[in-house]
Amino acid sequence: MKIRSQIVMVLNLDKCIGCHTCSITCKNVWTSRKGMEYAWFNNVETKPGIGYPKDWENQERWKGGWERRRNGRLHPRQGGRLGILARIFANPYMPEIDDYYEPFTFDYENLQTAPELPAPPVARPISLISGKTMDKIEWGPNWEEILGTEFDKRSKDYNFENIQKEIYGQFENTFMMYLPRLCEHCLNPACVASCPSGSIYKREEDGIVLIDQDKCRGWRMCVSGCPYKKIYYNWVSGKSEKCVFCYPRIEAGLPTVCSETCVGRIRYLGVVLYDADRIEEAAATPEEHDLYQAQIDIFLDPGDPEVRAQAEAEGIPHEWIEAARRSPVYKMAVDWKIAFPLHPEYRTLPMVWYVPPLSPITAQANAGNIDSTANGLPDVASLRIPVRYLANLLTAGNEAPVVSALERLMAMRAWFRAKQLGEPLEADFLDSVGLDEATVNEMHRYLAIADFEDRFVIPTAHREEAENAYQLRGGCGFTFGNGCDGIDAREGLFGGKMGRRRMSPTHEFDEDSA
Amino acid sequence: MTTPPSLNVFLFGIYPYLCLTILLLGSLVRFDREPYSWKSDSSQILRNRQLALGSNLFHYGVLVVIAGHFVGFLMPEPMVMWLMSPTQHQLLAMVVGGIAGVIALVGILILTHRRFADQRVRANSRKWDLAILLMLLLQLALGVLTVPYSAQDMSGAHFEILVAYVQGVVTLRPDPALLQGTPWVYQVHILLGFTIFLVSPFTRMVHIWSGLASIVFLIRPYQLVRSRKWSLRK
Repeated sequence: MKIRSQIVMVLNLDKCIGCHTCSITCKNVWTSRKGMEYAWFNNVETKPGIGYPKDWENQERWKGGWERRRNGRLHPRQGGRLGILARIFANPYMPEIDDYYEPFTFDYENLQTAPELPAPPVARPISLISGKTMDKIEWGPNWEEILGTEFDKRSKDYNFENIQKEIYGQFENTFMMYLPRLCEHCLNPACVASCPSGSIYKREEDGIVLIDQDKCRGWRMCVSGCPYKKIYYNWVSGKSEKCVFCYPRIEAGLPTVCSETCVGRIRYLGVVLYDADRIEEAAATPEEHDLYQAQIDIFLDPGDPEVRAQAEAEGIPHEWIEAARRSPVYKMAVDWKIAFPLHPEYRTLPMVWYVPPLSPITAQANAGNIDSTANGLPDVASLRIPVRYLANLLTAGNEAPVVSALERLMAMRAWFRAKQLGEPLEADFLDSVGLDEATVNEMHRYLAIADFEDRFVIPTAHREEAENAYQLRGGCGFTFGNGCDGIDAREGLFGGKMGRRRMSPTHEFDEDSA
Repeated sequence: MTTPPSLNVFLFGIYPYLCLTILLLGSLVRFDREPYSWKSDSSQILRNRQLALGSNLFHYGVLVVIAGHFVGFLMPEPMVMWLMSPTQHQLLAMVVGGIAGVIALVGILILTHRRFADQRVRANSRKWDLAILLMLLLQLALGVLTVPYSAQDMSGAHFEILVAYVQGVVTLRPDPALLQGTPWVYQVHILLGFTIFLVSPFTRMVHIWSGLASIVFLIRPYQLVRSRKWSLRK
């Protein structure tokens, strides 16, 4: 057993209102640079829909994630090491920018400078890539917002597999949900495995997957390797970039920007301890149905004294072990079993999990055509969002755990509704969904009240292991050069918009005082 | 083509070492000082069309051409003699180099068309991207053009002169006089080749080093984990 710790996120889709605050704050912090206009480290998709980039869940086409070969070994679906190197000159599985969308701005100046005309002047769209006027904007960020575009197109959604989808095109039966997506910081990342220059790595302490920008050579095999399409090629810098899980904040014990700014308070961050020796075994589980359980099985119980003793022995800081005990993520994923990984069938063991959303009861059920279950709760089959759809999204089609989670969420609501109305339910009501009163109270505290301290249990990075921040003061974060140079710097000796290192005010101060 | 002796000494005795020095030192300095600028600078995301065919033809063709130059010119003479006659050696070089050269030439023509004709790619090309592309195009054309010139003398004698010159440069005993009187195609091809070496550290050509280094990928484990603790132990 080799114990490692990981910061894991859970998103409670039941409370997501699709406001995109997470996407906007993330964009402002991380991807507001040239070459990354099209990239959203965090985006919110309306499901059902083909998503962003278009059709990303179609792994027959993009070859993301892992493939279990007949001998039981895992290899990236896009090919083994030799296959990847052979395709380095032109990656056949890489999306084009139009698969995301062509970034654009508008000719706002025309509104001010147009001469007097019989019709008001218009601001025509201008491509940020070629600088030319675009005839028509074909696609954009969040094009399918709230069931935008026609059902025919949206129904290409891969999660409709094994569902009679035609009926959901009818107005009476339509359903939707929001799916915020970010890098999954997988335990078995396919991007790391696909990188010919070895620039992508997983951090041992918190499991954050990062790209070493100085080592990335722009071979772009990670873009196709990631089944979630959460690695973006910066077409100006020629390097791949991805969600950094706001690691400077995590190290300081703060939640990621997307989590902190979430107005619905749907995001949770906590530590999970897992057995690193069993990653390969879990990811190579023969049946896709069993992958969800296999992933749960490599999580270690931080309440177990043996696990704690071994974790201490392996050098995991005490605070991290304590944080793991209070982890909201562990409670939701393992104790209550209401959170699930996104597409476990990609075999990357993703570490951003989702609580499935409840949905309104269908009209048919309201009319009494669908019976309630024995405990008085409506049958989950009468919910608008088909269980099968959620199962395709979260458990590789395994419906039983999703049904159980939805029942528990409904039972929690029913329990507190009854209590609020002064007509408390019998305790055996909770037995029928495998809960007890203490658990349901705790679930209510975490899911409904969702205090900041309960949602985010993030231990700070250990001082002695952290970078020496003194040398980083006055730093510039993500820039196009090796120093503080902005994009407008002159061309340097080695081409590109590098410029020479300019002195930051703090450096000048150093020299003055020296 | 015959040049004045002093110019001949400079062009074929001194210039090659200037170029090789700048290639090696320049690459080293850039790798160390400007690692963020070290990249292949792919434009695939902007336009896939034409790239799939052009890039594969060019790169695979050019890999064979480069490997051919290494083996053909640098293999020690006794070993070549043991394997084949000079005529066979020349014929082999002409056939393999000719076929691979034409493949690479077709590839780079497609890529050149893409880079100049496609609005998106053109708008995001730096001056050096265009310059190095044209230099490579010219160099490949010259290289293919040497084949009919070689065919004029199938005895292998001319070919031996070139081999001797290249081996002289590599073993630090250059003999520029060898090239006096050889067809202009060879001389221009050699000069342009060294010029490409000269400008490489300042262009995207540095990705060739990384392409070689990516061989390590074949033997490394799939997963990479870094620990902050390790970086502190330095």
